[in-house]
Amino acid sequence: MKRYIDLFREKKIIIDRFCNPLLNFFRKKAFENFQKFLFCYNSKDYNNTHITAFLGIGKMEFEELLKVKIDPHIVFCCGIPYLNSYIQHFVLNGYCLSYKIKKYEQKKSFNFFSGSLNKFAEQYPNVFLKYYNKQSDFKGDILSAFNTMFIQDGYVLYIPKNVIVEDPIQLNSMISWNVNLLVNKRILIILEERAQAKLFVCDHTINNESFFSFVQVVEIYLEKQAVFDFYELEKNTKKTIRLTQSFVSQMDGSKLTTSTITLNNFITQNKYIVDLNSECAESNIHGLTIIDEKQKIDNFVVINHNAPKCSSNSIHKYVLDDESVGSFSGKITVANNACKTKAYQSNRNILSSDTCQMYSNPQLEINVDNVDCSHGASTGYLDELALFYMRSRGIPNNDANYLLKLAFISDILKEIKMKELKNQLQLLVNKYFKKKLTKC
Amino acid sequence: MLIIKNLHTSVNGKKVLNGLDLQIHAGEVHAIMGPNGSGKSTLSAVLVGNPAYKITEGEIFFEGQNLLSFLPEERSYLGIFLSFQYPIELPGVSMVNFMRTAINEHRRYKGEKPLTSVDFLKKIKKTQSIVQLGEDLINRSVNEGFSGGEKKRNEIFQMAMFSPKLSILDETDSGLDIDALRIVADGINKLKSTNNAIIIITHYKRLLDYICPDLVHILYNGRIIKTGDLSLALELEKKGYDWLKL
Repeated sequence: MKRYIDLFREKKIIIDRFCNPLLNFFRKKAFENFQKFLFCYNSKDYNNTHITAFLGIGKMEFEELLKVKIDPHIVFCCGIPYLNSYIQHFVLNGYCLSYKIKKYEQKKSFNFFSGSLNKFAEQYPNVFLKYYNKQSDFKGDILSAFNTMFIQDGYVLYIPKNVIVEDPIQLNSMISWNVNLLVNKRILIILEERAQAKLFVCDHTINNESFFSFVQVVEIYLEKQAVFDFYELEKNTKKTIRLTQSFVSQMDGSKLTTSTITLNNFITQNKYIVDLNSECAESNIHGLTIIDEKQKIDNFVVINHNAPKCSSNSIHKYVLDDESVGSFSGKITVANNACKTKAYQSNRNILSSDTCQMYSNPQLEINVDNVDCSHGASTGYLDELALFYMRSRGIPNNDANYLLKLAFISDILKEIKMKELKNQLQLLVNKYFKKKLTKC
Repeated sequence: MLIIKNLHTSVNGKKVLNGLDLQIHAGEVHAIMGPNGSGKSTLSAVLVGNPAYKITEGEIFFEGQNLLSFLPEERSYLGIFLSFQYPIELPGVSMVNFMRTAINEHRRYKGEKPLTSVDFLKKIKKTQSIVQLGEDLINRSVNEGFSGGEKKRNEIFQMAMFSPKLSILDETDSGLDIDALRIVADGINKLKSTNNAIIIITHYKRLLDYICPDLVHILYNGRIIKTGDLSLALELEKKGYDWLKL
């Protein structure tokens, strides 16, 4: 990790040259934090992966990546043709691509911002300064400091007060390079009072030969009564390491629903820190992992109930096969003023082989009376009796396995409110269980 | 149709059946009664190929074929059906999906084309009336949240959907109230024919009041120790099992 101190000093001028000055403004403090964290890094939050080791796998590029000029609509055709996206955005190697927008998009009048981090800083400097890096700086660790140091661009969704965006927005976030590469990605989401939006992020790495790793920081701000649905699908190559930190801040009566689905990866680490800061905020954090071979995933979810009458529901399900390793660590904390909190946390896992491993650590810390909280975890094989019941009706063993696994994950997919996305994910998952997973 | 010769089984190392012999012909209804732990449910589990039960000795032939060489799903294709004593709940697996997959597997085995959605729904509708199974139940997950009576009716509904040659009803009457018992028994009677056979495993005579068995067997310590007609069931009801132990 220390080599990144030298790299930052060496490349800072080049990094700054391509970025908005407001983005560069945050690098200095991040650099200080990074150096501090180097000496007091606490990896206890994660059960299995020692993240710092993975940063060394790929080389960082700063100028070359910017030279890529492509029309993403031609190069990357999404497999969800019926997703009625209001707008589609493409991020390649961390940079938000500018391209000629489609005709139907031109007809729409945009009363919100969806696009590049640099452009956002230019167009909305005050909003940028109010939100950018505020959570990351405060709640983040060495990875978020690393990201803020080196980040050159990213994606922003900014929905102003009272604006309701009915149609879902899709962000295709891709990595493609000829050699091993380390990339930084950044997503900033701001929904002001009573704003509503749905965002679907599809993570793809395109080259099967190279190793890719990326550090991603997602900051979500939901102001009073904002409603946000956020879906993430990870379908990278099996040589991709994803290290993501998501920070959420919610105000009065805001509602967040998020589903993170991991299908293809090498190593994934998703860390969520959700703060319910004012009364009646609601957060639904769902995760679905279906992995096999030597894939590995750590999900770490912290939900802080900092105000009364908030509710949270965290459900994470894993289906592990072969020699894959899954880990879930969750923590709900209820502050001493957060009475009438409703908080539920569940982690359920199916082991499909004798060689896969699952580590589960659900935690609950309650500092006040008059709350309704529960947490639990279960890990096991498919129910032998259920399998036999199905076989006795003529359903072959493999099909019975398949049906039971689909049933197991059905409640996570049910929570996805974008119908086309739900159908497509259902198809992808079906293919996965039948071991025919191809391009989505 | 079914010939069981000198059947010995064990489960978790414990011997349950000890040389059971039984012959059933098409068109017959056999009742098997016996005290708890005598091996009634084990016999039904063995017939449908539950892998938890180990056959240590003996043979089972179904329509001339060695039944023990067939997998549970293949036994279903051959025409053997077990109505479970405790029907299993399958949360998230809809009845429609479950039945359609199963029915089409049966058809595939016979070299027939899968049923179209329309034909499948027609078949379901027609069959539902046999056991008065509510229309909403078919849209729910298999047995999940069903009452005891609904679960048993669902088993008979499935039996009607498959039209099996040999049906084994493992304590289908247990947990049913009088009305539900009548509905289930009526359903079974409608499905009875000269081409199929039924084994009724029960503790009580009350189901036999509705479905008259050709033969009543008493299973005790893993063997059939007495066979008779319906009067044997009456005698058991009066005297219990103690007199047989002598």
